[in-house]
Amino acid sequence: MSDRVLVVVRSGALTTVQDRGRPGYAHLGVPRSGALDPPAAGLVNRLVGNPPDAAVLETTLSGCALRPRSTVTVAVGGAPSPVSVGGRPAAWGAPVVVPAGELLEVGAATAGVRGYVAVSGGIAVEPVLGSRATDLLSGLGPAPLTNGTVLPLGIPAGPPARVDGAPQPAPPAELVLRVTLGPRDDWFTAGAVRDLTRRAYRVSSASNRIGLRTEGPALERARSGELPSEGMVLGAVQVPPDGRPVVFLADHPTTGGYPVIAVVRAADLPAAAQAPPGTPVRFVPVRRR
Amino acid sequence: MRALPVGDDALLLEVSSGEEAQALHAVLLRRRAEGALTVREIVPAARTVLLDGLADPDRWAAELTASRIPRVPSRARELIELPVRYDGPDLAVVARHWGVTEREAVRIHAGSEFTVAFCGFAPGFGYLTGLPERYAVPRRATPRTAVPAGAVALAGPYTGVYPRTSPGGWQLIGTTDAVLWDHTRTPAALLTPGARVRFVPLGDT
Repeated sequence: MSDRVLVVVRSGALTTVQDRGRPGYAHLGVPRSGALDPPAAGLVNRLVGNPPDAAVLETTLSGCALRPRSTVTVAVGGAPSPVSVGGRPAAWGAPVVVPAGELLEVGAATAGVRGYVAVSGGIAVEPVLGSRATDLLSGLGPAPLTNGTVLPLGIPAGPPARVDGAPQPAPPAELVLRVTLGPRDDWFTAGAVRDLTRRAYRVSSASNRIGLRTEGPALERARSGELPSEGMVLGAVQVPPDGRPVVFLADHPTTGGYPVIAVVRAADLPAAAQAPPGTPVRFVPVRRR
Repeated sequence: MRALPVGDDALLLEVSSGEEAQALHAVLLRRRAEGALTVREIVPAARTVLLDGLADPDRWAAELTASRIPRVPSRARELIELPVRYDGPDLAVVARHWGVTEREAVRIHAGSEFTVAFCGFAPGFGYLTGLPERYAVPRRATPRTAVPAGAVALAGPYTGVYPRTSPGGWQLIGTTDAVLWDHTRTPAALLTPGARVRFVPLGDT
């Protein structure tokens, strides 16, 4: 067996393989999936010299620990966390060499939610429909990591970036999500649209890769009945019967029957992926571009 | 047709019937194949088609709402035949809903031609239309925690086939050995939107 593998020593709460996902198959019922914070995943790939579509690991709050069987360059980004190699502190947000057999420990996030670990050569599990991403809704792609999982690594494409570190946005104290209203805002009362854009919501602990769930005022429907299933987009603010808005993230279902009151700008979704439960959320209406 | 903007780069095209949605979907696929329409996703559904990842949604909204879309889809697509054992645990319930015997229920279902209206719920799960409206059935009051792969099932106006074992609340009328989803195949889904489908009874059902 090749030495170009990574052994998962501690998988953490939820660590998955992610890349840029598998867009283009929604008509077959396939979610797009992919890293929830694409800029952070792209940055750690650049730091280790990987192409932007290389697969990385996405951790959730509690980090992970990994042991490569050959010497690799890694970079840890996204949610800030302590990093150590062989028990010695190492840099976060910068290329770090992990000698063969040494333990890379990514600690619990000190802020934010999702950490990203890029390894030179990328995680080389078999792609499914052009992507190595784990899709937690449909089950496509590799299963979430467990202790003892052995991950194949690809061949490094180029040298690591010659930088000491790279600036990354701090996780938000308050999550401000710009929204355009519609397509189904007419299913809600005028009061509900006001509530959405003026009142305070918080990130719910029930949030996951499928959606950012919120706690706050229930949005009142102006009409009852069911909406026939329709196509859903990334960032859709769907309102289930309990009235609490859910912002669709990468593993969202491709069709749905609950009305979408508004859509979050794609540029604001990486911050949504880094907002821990309890973070205040404000939905700010903007005009379509 | 109504064209509803969805965020900055998507359009939800809404028509008044499932057949119109299928016809509109076929028109949009043709325009994309001709190179006229550049879009990341074309997602048909019950009464709508979503265009997601569209560079100029306003122009397309104007153009599509002004153009004539046929009311019914053409029948040009291939016919897929699915061998089925009509042995589902809910066949008797469905027959009772329809007010017919089980044998007659099988005859009605196997005698209909279906169209894959859209996919959703799981990769490769198609929502097939084709049964007359009076044969719509409710979902089960309590969903099953595990419906086996290949189960042929009814809910509302739709027939579906479970691509893999999953929880489900549809009424199970039969079983097929056809492989509905195989990601190593192109296309991975056996039933893609627009395809025509017939269920062929196996054995003495």
